[in-house]
Amino acid sequence: MSKVEISNLSMRFGSTDVLRDINLSVREGEFVCILGPSGCGKSTLLNIVGGFIQPSAGTASIDGVPVTRPDPRRIFVFQERGVFPWLTVDENVAFGLFRLSEAEKRDRVTRYVQLVGLAGFENAYPRELSGGMKQRLEVARALAVNPDVLYLDEPFGALDSITRLQMRRELLRIWQAEKKTILFVTHDIEESVQLADRVVIMSARPGRIRRILDIDIAHPRDLSAPRYIQLRDIIFSEIGLAHQV
Amino acid sequence: MRRLTPFLGLFVFIAAWDLAVRLTGAPLVPSPWEAFRGIGELTARGLLVKYVVASLFRVTWGYLLALVFAVPFGIAVGMSPRAQATINPLLQVLRPISPLAWIPIAILWFGVGDFSAVFLIFLASFFPLAVTAMHAVHDVDPVHLRAGENFGMSRGELIAHVVLPAIVPQLIVGMRIALGIAWLVVVAAEMIAVSSGLGFLIVDARNAGNRYDLVVAGMVMIGVIGIVLDLAMRRLEKLDFVRWGYVEG
Repeated sequence: MSKVEISNLSMRFGSTDVLRDINLSVREGEFVCILGPSGCGKSTLLNIVGGFIQPSAGTASIDGVPVTRPDPRRIFVFQERGVFPWLTVDENVAFGLFRLSEAEKRDRVTRYVQLVGLAGFENAYPRELSGGMKQRLEVARALAVNPDVLYLDEPFGALDSITRLQMRRELLRIWQAEKKTILFVTHDIEESVQLADRVVIMSARPGRIRRILDIDIAHPRDLSAPRYIQLRDIIFSEIGLAHQV
Repeated sequence: MRRLTPFLGLFVFIAAWDLAVRLTGAPLVPSPWEAFRGIGELTARGLLVKYVVASLFRVTWGYLLALVFAVPFGIAVGMSPRAQATINPLLQVLRPISPLAWIPIAILWFGVGDFSAVFLIFLASFFPLAVTAMHAVHDVDPVHLRAGENFGMSRGELIAHVVLPAIVPQLIVGMRIALGIAWLVVVAAEMIAVSSGLGFLIVDARNAGNRYDLVVAGMVMIGVIGIVLDLAMRRLEKLDFVRWGYVEG
């Protein structure tokens, strides 16, 4: 059985058709990128799967159970402004652990602060961190509650391009270590080919799935390998772009 | 030299005041030195400490009561669009009524005494605090609320762990403004509703023999304590968990 199952899902806001007839199933532990132009409804799709919005038709299910509201077993990661500015790094990571004992809280906080490379910054406030560090902090906060699915909505969009590359490598490392199912929304073609097991290519509004592409390259991926370039170009032409500037 | 700059205006003012009194020879207006001697006299008679304590006592009670009621009230109203639509017009009508206009009603309900003064300060502080809390709730980043929901928080937990810390920086600004108003109002309230405190001192000094030196001494004390209160509130803005609300990034 698939982990995430989206079937015949459509979404309308008033008279605007945002998503039309989306069908997608994601395996446990799979890394799926949802790729599309701005306004194609890919964020809306992620919000529906995350339980923040109810679809107009169709269902999104996880482990066979339809999603009706947010659930701590599946955590949504926003751009780095999602961290709480009034909490320190440690306190941010502990945020979702409010039902655990102090001892367990401390264990998990230590572990995930280390995992994302923020050791030494435990008592820093977000205003003292760089954008990339804040993003890592948010990932740590999500991982600390041990979710089985992570939703990432253009998480690196606000970072500079060098930090973005580093963050992708970090995310892959964490994904391989923690074996989470990841749904990752992006409008960056290169990013999707670098990260995903499969790329779901969406059309402009109303958003529909144009094609689902397997990225059959092992990690770490060589960004100049012929197969990488070939897959990237398939996406370029699928979206209708010639990759010339 | 730099460190004296803030006091320059004060020196010039005192010098001009002194000069004006000397030149005009106004019989009742005290010179700065007479006013300061007045402060000395009040201290010696034990009135200064007594009246300052009386005024601060009323402000503390009225203000704290307002804080205890206004903040939960403002949060509750701010979080419910329906409650807001119902209550906001009422608040907007009540807010521009000067707390001093309530003096007759305060005396009617609580008689002449501390309760009246505390009630007036409560009213004066309540509206700015409630309105600040209400607006601050609207400014809470939806991303933070969603994160709280995502981690499985109940509404109560969401308020305690997300809404409250998120509004504290704005709340502190509102608290500063409210305390300033409360300090203005206590003086006025004491002129009418009680027979102690700095406001009473000013009226009493005038009525009992035109002691304008004591009137001005009282005014100086009101100003000094007002500054001290405001500086104390400003220190709150330096707290680690609220600084994000004032500095960028």
